[in-house]
Amino acid sequence: MVLQGQEVRLADTITVNETAYPIPDDPRVSLLDFLRQHIGLTGTKKGCDHGQCGACTVLVNGVRINSCLTLAAMHDGDDVTTIEGLGTPEKPSALQRAFLEHDGYQCGYCTPGQICSATAMLEEIAADWPSDASEALNGKVRISGEEIRERMSGNLCRCGAYANIVAAIEDVAGGGQS
Amino acid sequence: MRPFQYTRAPSLAEASNLTAGKDTLAIAGGTNLLDLMKLQVEKPGKLADINRLGFADIEDTGDGGLRLGALATNTETAVHPRVRSDYPVLSRAILAGATQQLRNKATNGGNLCQRTRCFYFTNIDQPCNKREPGSGCGAIDGIAKLHAILGTSDQCIATYPGDMAVALSALGATVEISGDKGERSVPVCDFHCLPGDTPWIENILEPGEIITGIVLPAPVGGKQIYRKVRERSSYAFALVSVAAVLELTNGRFSRADLAFGGLAHKPWHDPRVGECLLGQVPSDALFDKAADILLEDARGFGENDFKIPLTRRTLHAVLSQATEDAA
Repeated sequence: MVLQGQEVRLADTITVNETAYPIPDDPRVSLLDFLRQHIGLTGTKKGCDHGQCGACTVLVNGVRINSCLTLAAMHDGDDVTTIEGLGTPEKPSALQRAFLEHDGYQCGYCTPGQICSATAMLEEIAADWPSDASEALNGKVRISGEEIRERMSGNLCRCGAYANIVAAIEDVAGGGQS
Repeated sequence: MRPFQYTRAPSLAEASNLTAGKDTLAIAGGTNLLDLMKLQVEKPGKLADINRLGFADIEDTGDGGLRLGALATNTETAVHPRVRSDYPVLSRAILAGATQQLRNKATNGGNLCQRTRCFYFTNIDQPCNKREPGSGCGAIDGIAKLHAILGTSDQCIATYPGDMAVALSALGATVEISGDKGERSVPVCDFHCLPGDTPWIENILEPGEIITGIVLPAPVGGKQIYRKVRERSSYAFALVSVAAVLELTNGRFSRADLAFGGLAHKPWHDPRVGECLLGQVPSDALFDKAADILLEDARGFGENDFKIPLTRRTLHAVLSQATEDAA
């Protein structure tokens, strides 16, 4: 898109789940609306559209963010992973399988955001990033229910399936530790 | 959202040129700005995306301090090894705010510039002198639970909502600013403004000025504490917060740098509070005296009256904790 005067040409593409897509012309399009309405990946959900509920959580260059609070135009060249990119019904990711096994949902609307968020959270724990619930800022993060609840506080579940969500995540987090 | 033009600023100079115009706002992380644009509280004609201008590094300064790039994210800052080791009150303050998703996107510069979460400011159907000068302040006789008790005016009782800047104030950090007239540095303590008769002016940035970094002085000794009191244990703004760098030598306070969140239109830093502690032996009476000085001019607006005793108790708890840890 070329705008008048001193504008810079908007290039080009966002890669989503390893496929490149052109960035839309209208700069108002949020990354969330781009995913859902422009390229048909409706796994990512719109809950509040104000960064409060976490239903729109996706991974951008491996980092979890709220896709509702960023513009598609700001993500030229970025690599986005959505729930569709984490696994398939035939070959679910470990967290996708754990949510099924632990019944980590009721209506399921928050689930894609919960799983994307938890996927990144396990990486953050593996990197020993502290949280507000961590006793120490340095050293190995000890996984606990309290840590998981704090780290997942950006993902709301109005059905209140929290106990099973924590159990699903603990299952994978524990299994990943040796 | 209302239609707007979007452009990527190709250079810092160009970003300054663009944002010197009244109708253009800089966008970095965008987590606050885009939210406000959806609510039509902010209605820029143009956004200048400054994300690719490069000042995202966190690097040592020559004199033992640390420079935080304005475009470094809150997460990158909170988990940086030197921030965790040398400025733990800053890590703690950042981790106590928002959610991981928001901290991953929000930048340090944007965090300083975030707007109040006053319900009257964010609801365009309500009066707000900050959003619409002259329309009145709905909060003064309205819903004021989160609102200020210090430094208010009859125009505005909103609070600055952030945690990071409270820790930066206690640490004596400075903001680096670039604009068409050159560069300048301003202490974080002096960056935000009280509402006075111009509540729409929230900080000292002039049109076209852009924050490029935050500089932390060389680390000092002592205990660093960030204590945040809120209505739920995660993802809530502070009712009251205290950032403290406290040191005891031979049983007496030898350092007492304190800043407070949730109390005012800016991170509250009253040097008299720390000064009254210096050289003194910790005691309940001393802590009360510090709270008396801090709250001398405090005024509640009904719903937030509780903040006055809550601030006293939170300060007391922080000073007690530092004393116990030193014992």
